[in-house]
Amino acid sequence: MANEFKLPTLGEDVQSGTITKVLVSPGDSVSADQPVLELETDKAVLEVPSTVSGTVEEIRAQEGQTISVGDTVFLYTGGGEGDGGKAAAAAAPAAQEEEQKEEASASGQKEQQPAPSSKEETKDEAKEDAKQAKEPPARKDARSKAEAPPAASAQDKDNGSERKAAPRRSGPVPAPPSVRRLAREIGVDIHEVPGSGPQGRISAEDVKSYARQVNTDVRGMGSAGRAAPLISLPDFSRWGDTERSTLGSVRRRTAENMSVAWTAPMVTQFDKVDVTELEKLRKRYGKQVEAAGGKLTVTAMIVKVLGAALKKFPQFNSSLDMDNDELIYKRYYNVGVAVDTDRGLLVPVLRDVDTKSITEICVELSGIAARARERKLSLEEMQGGTFTVSNLGGIGGTGFTPIVNAPEVAILGIARASVEPVYQEDGRFEPRTMLPLALTYDHRVIDGADGARFVRFVADVLEQPFLLFLEA
Amino acid sequence: MTEQARTRVAIIGGGPGGYAAAFMANDLGLDVTLIDVEKNPGGVCLYRGCIPSKAFLHVARILTEAREAAYWGIAFDEPKVDLNRLRESKDEVVKRMTGGLGQLCKSRKIKYIQGRASFEDSRTLSIIHDDGATERLETDYTILATGSRPTPLSELFLESPRMMDSTAALQMEDIPRNLLVVGGGYIGLELGTVYAAMGSKVTIVEKESTLLPGADPDLVEVLHKRLEPFVERILLNTSVASIKEARGGLAVTLEGKEAENKPAQFDRVLVCIGRRPNSSGVGLKNTRVSLTDGGLVEVDAQRRTKDPYIYAIGDLTGEPMLAHKASHEGRVAAESIAGQRTAFEPNAIPAVVFTDPEVAWCGLMEKEAEAKGIEVKVARFPWAASGRAATLNRPEGLTKLITDPDTEQILGVGIAGTGAGELISEGVLAVEMGATAYDVGFTIHPHPTLGETIMETADLIFGHAAHVHQSRPEPREAAGKE
Repeated sequence: MANEFKLPTLGEDVQSGTITKVLVSPGDSVSADQPVLELETDKAVLEVPSTVSGTVEEIRAQEGQTISVGDTVFLYTGGGEGDGGKAAAAAAPAAQEEEQKEEASASGQKEQQPAPSSKEETKDEAKEDAKQAKEPPARKDARSKAEAPPAASAQDKDNGSERKAAPRRSGPVPAPPSVRRLAREIGVDIHEVPGSGPQGRISAEDVKSYARQVNTDVRGMGSAGRAAPLISLPDFSRWGDTERSTLGSVRRRTAENMSVAWTAPMVTQFDKVDVTELEKLRKRYGKQVEAAGGKLTVTAMIVKVLGAALKKFPQFNSSLDMDNDELIYKRYYNVGVAVDTDRGLLVPVLRDVDTKSITEICVELSGIAARARERKLSLEEMQGGTFTVSNLGGIGGTGFTPIVNAPEVAILGIARASVEPVYQEDGRFEPRTMLPLALTYDHRVIDGADGARFVRFVADVLEQPFLLFLEA
Repeated sequence: MTEQARTRVAIIGGGPGGYAAAFMANDLGLDVTLIDVEKNPGGVCLYRGCIPSKAFLHVARILTEAREAAYWGIAFDEPKVDLNRLRESKDEVVKRMTGGLGQLCKSRKIKYIQGRASFEDSRTLSIIHDDGATERLETDYTILATGSRPTPLSELFLESPRMMDSTAALQMEDIPRNLLVVGGGYIGLELGTVYAAMGSKVTIVEKESTLLPGADPDLVEVLHKRLEPFVERILLNTSVASIKEARGGLAVTLEGKEAENKPAQFDRVLVCIGRRPNSSGVGLKNTRVSLTDGGLVEVDAQRRTKDPYIYAIGDLTGEPMLAHKASHEGRVAAESIAGQRTAFEPNAIPAVVFTDPEVAWCGLMEKEAEAKGIEVKVARFPWAASGRAATLNRPEGLTKLITDPDTEQILGVGIAGTGAGELISEGVLAVEMGATAYDVGFTIHPHPTLGETIMETADLIFGHAAHVHQSRPEPREAAGKE
């Protein structure tokens, strides 16, 4: 009898992810700990190891599909549990298995195709997603829950009618005019509101709690960068051809985080650092660092300086807890470094930068950036940051206003250094290499003067590295 | 050009839509100018429609009830009608009501201009007074509420004092011996009822296969049955082929299955074949307001036209062309101008035909449900089972509820019977509140009243009415179940 291998728990934060690759096919034999799926979660791509061993009978997971912990990945025969902890499959009652087998045979044809490279499949999926994107927000909010388990999902595609949430009501909603007015005024479509009363009657309280839920979902984590229901998109195809592409999880997460971050009142403080001397040092010791396995970069040197700066200005290393009227100071100094990857922006974190040498930081940074680009970062490597650096100098630009990576309270942006004529005290202009810095901070926590002092301190240390020893 | 003034909101037309909009806008703190050709607000409703016709229908009812008192053993002499006094008292009613509105405008400090307004551009009105003087008014917003007028019998147009539209019929110059009413809609039936009660021999022709086309047949049937002995003839599927002036009357040839080929003679012909919107002559070409083929003004849910500075309400925006719909739209337009999030989205607009008996309905009706393929559960309560109807000797009535078969939510209510126009308000309330049949069935109604029929109809949805027995198809489920 076929058993099910269900997506196991992969870490505290991972509830679901998008399957980027299925690594096994029907007929393959799998053993415990053998990677069977590549799963893209919020910020990392993980390899999912099998917890069972046996022969794969049928794949229930498809590339591009969102899968949650507990969803079936494949059916297998023989072997047994690789480790005792994953009892879910064994515990499934026989009746349920019967049912699922039926389902499997009903939709088996389609799923027999090993998904990975089938373009057809991906296109279907994209269409499906586009369809979903057109659905009203309420229904999408339920997405993670409503997203059908694999078998059902294949059927959905066939009959298309299986969307989980209740269909939009037609005809008069069972709500009095006063409640309909309330909904209109706060921008809620009364047709979307579930009624708690007899026969689905909608009360004012139902409208309010629905609005709260939608707001939480939009503002918070539940659903990605989705517009509040009051923002309706025009039909862009009126003005020309368009194409809908599903948001990847990284883009979606970025959109969410940026929306949250944007709610903080932020100020950006600009400064310029004379890095002429620093550049000389960088060139002089570059080889030495390279020999150690890293690359001596301005970013790495700035990360080092930030270790000292964050100690000197602890509020830049804090987070705001409005609910408890508290400011949380962190006694560790972990600097996130924004990395541009083909999937979007990732921010791996360098830990305890205050205790590390510049060489150590360089080596670590080289490694972590490479892993980010290869999608090999673990979730842990992207958590626990207390401050972020974003260097766009490699691309260009004279300055920009970074957005704080909430719940951090400040971020340092680095633009491209350029040689400028700088007026000297003896009346001459001298060509100096000037590096533009932009510090954005959460003004709820940090005042303007401190912002200026902080960025000036960073600049001073970069100009006079010896200060680092005086201060630290 | 004597002077140039400014106003926040100008309202063209002082009917029930226009003055409701004016009062609402005024309540919301906006500076309002109301413009109408009459001395006081009122519009067709007060001057030439609802109010005068209802005064006459009241009189018709007195006459009918006096005659029908014979059933109880009470006999009156044939009444004498003093037409002058009748017109006078009707005019007094109209004057009292319109004068009251004029007074309300004054006490609310709403500027009232008697004149005819048209657009020079979206935000400039030119107003011509009776004496020919013009003034110009700059506006931020204008609410267009110019209403509608009776549709004439175009091809058969005949310049004759014997040809009447509803306006002329309400002048009641005389009681014609023979009256032909062209059009079996609500206006024709109401005015036909009045003239029949006064003693005219009334013939009603309707080109559709039923009176009140659009209303549910079971409701119409109640009225039709009662009208038949009351009027001379009711000819359905019939239209007017020709009208000619003849000695001492009009010679009318009708065509249709039931019509004779030879012309019949009538003292007067009353044409009530609908109303058309007053959307021309207002200078709309100088604005961005757009019209449908039928001349209706296109509006959105806020009653805003395609021109962002101009709103339109009432008969101009289409069916149902009813005063209470116009008033509600007027309030919505005023709220929208005041910046509120508002919309005209009633679940039910009541329609009342003030004949004897009255026919009234609201919300989703069976005919519409059928046309749209909406599944409904309908319960009917015949008034023969109503004690109150029996005491009035008016057992012909019918009350029905149209409900959602799954939730028993009341979607529509129809009533044919005496007093239906007053009774329907409960139905509108039920539909607007999203009440279920259970809600209404468990609302105690006073006994003995005609209103009870609504409660009993609700009970019928569950097969529980006290005064009607029906075999129970299914056991009743616990009420209020989820």
